[in-house]
Amino acid sequence: MPLPPTPATRRCVCASLAAFSTLPVWAQFRVEISGVGATQLPVAIARFRDEDKAGPNAAIGAIIRADLERSGQFRNLDVSAALDETSQPAMSEWRGRGADALLAGSVSRLADGRWDIRYKLWDVVKGRDLGGQSLAVVTADLRLGAHRIADAVYERLTGDKGVFATRIAYVTRAANRFTLRITDADGEGGQVALTSVEPIISPAWSPDGRELAYVSFEQQKAVVWVQDVASGQRRAVANFRGSNSAPAWSPDGRQLVLSLSRDGGTQLFSMGRDGSGLKRLTQSSAIDTEATFAPDGRTIYFVSDRGGGPQVYRMPAAGGNAERVTFAGNYNISPAISPDGRTMAYISRLGGGNFRLHAMELADGNVRALTDTSDDESPSFAPNGKLIIYASRAQGRDVLMTSTLDGRIKTRLLSSGLDVREPVWGPFNL
Amino acid sequence: MKRLSSALAVLALAALAVGCSSPVKLEENTDVPVESRTRTPAGGAGAAGAGQGAGQSQVTTVNVDKGATTSAARIVYFDFDSFVVKDEFRPLIEAHAKRMAANKSQRGTIEGHTDERGGREYNLALGQKRAEAVLRSMTLLGVSDAQLEAVSFGKERPAVQGSDEAAWAKNRRAELKDK
Repeated sequence: MPLPPTPATRRCVCASLAAFSTLPVWAQFRVEISGVGATQLPVAIARFRDEDKAGPNAAIGAIIRADLERSGQFRNLDVSAALDETSQPAMSEWRGRGADALLAGSVSRLADGRWDIRYKLWDVVKGRDLGGQSLAVVTADLRLGAHRIADAVYERLTGDKGVFATRIAYVTRAANRFTLRITDADGEGGQVALTSVEPIISPAWSPDGRELAYVSFEQQKAVVWVQDVASGQRRAVANFRGSNSAPAWSPDGRQLVLSLSRDGGTQLFSMGRDGSGLKRLTQSSAIDTEATFAPDGRTIYFVSDRGGGPQVYRMPAAGGNAERVTFAGNYNISPAISPDGRTMAYISRLGGGNFRLHAMELADGNVRALTDTSDDESPSFAPNGKLIIYASRAQGRDVLMTSTLDGRIKTRLLSSGLDVREPVWGPFNL
Repeated sequence: MKRLSSALAVLALAALAVGCSSPVKLEENTDVPVESRTRTPAGGAGAAGAGQGAGQSQVTTVNVDKGATTSAARIVYFDFDSFVVKDEFRPLIEAHAKRMAANKSQRGTIEGHTDERGGREYNLALGQKRAEAVLRSMTLLGVSDAQLEAVSFGKERPAVQGSDEAAWAKNRRAELKDK
């Protein structure tokens, strides 16, 4: 006889698996920086004139200040002066205050309802104007506009491309609800791509940033889905017998490599992004999983326990002889390759059951630990190759961290009350 | 009990999200795939038909919460880093295999799990090995391959929360479920 229904077993079966929707950010991120790099460039960033007229998301000056500070390469000076891009600041005055660079700007409304953000950057040391820009954005893109300016300033002053205007995706868990979220690289502006009562793991951005592949357990097994981020439309690309997981995109966006148990065990397969043309890549009787492409698309790095415990191997992208890459320790997983193809980030288990983020220079095999924490997982490179985002644990909660490749500058993206895991860094915005 | 409090938490969260203020009416459950939740007496032999071939007044409760009830007699436990089916679980597997071999239309799932230690994808594959080991044991005893699907939850669905050996031991398991 079936059990009679009781209030505790009834469910409000609603709002599950909702497609893309914009929710107010109720999990605020704050940043903590620990560890200081060699030099931090002192920069003075003024509040943008009239930014308060554009609403709560338009604290342009504050967003740029936070972005530059989070990179660990800049130190913000206090600026109370009212400046904008038309000002003629006295360079000697700012040199006296210890600034190397000065940024000022304004926000004004255009006739079509968009906002015109203008800025100018000065090289205080050399006493000259480095030029400026104006951007026209709709209200919803005010934060993105601020991030683009931060990228421009970063690039002008360091020579490297900035990643402030990029996005990250990650999974949160609260009570029995899992969400796949997409936020700016600073953790703000969060939007929900998927919400479910069952786990979501292994999100992977398509190279053009338009789609997310992920594994969802909503059908009581691991199934790989590909979802268009803007529209929420999604398709199950792999629901073969058994478990389907660990999706990885080829750099040209045309192929997915997956871990499938359809033939028994867990082996690597490739398929077209529409799910066609399934081809088995590995032929071992071991566990082969966690594939990731080298940026030139010619090599796949993956995890295999064919030698006993899980280690990182690499093989040609079409399959073939695998070559072992990790030799230190008996448990090495979760490889990620830097955009220049030179560095591999991965997780290594040390004595005492600690799982720690490491980096290996692939040219000489030199390995270094990047953290001193003991529950690291899921490393992912920023598209400029300068930062790694990963998940870790602090004070009993899952947290997201970023680290420079030398491990010296770390920031913590804090989320109140939610366990966060599985971060992946999206590509440069087109 | 953990399931009760987590069930209430989900209900509260869902109610907050969409303004549902009363328990779900029975007819709303028809949108959701029906999952059999019959309790299996120890030994499992008698429960094969329960919940199938329902009469007109039969009502089956649907629970889409994770960790749907699985009787203790359907769980095989494993040692750390192992997917070997220990001798002490042979009688359990034989009983289920006999039941399924006698009724070729009976289908089931074997869900493999790991404890929380280690990477998510590697643990998903380890859980898969546990499920497949149990499946192999059952097909050797006459159950047809087509009747069973081996799947894995890796470390994503622990039966017991906790970071000590007692909790880990309860999470390294394979669960046999009827479809």
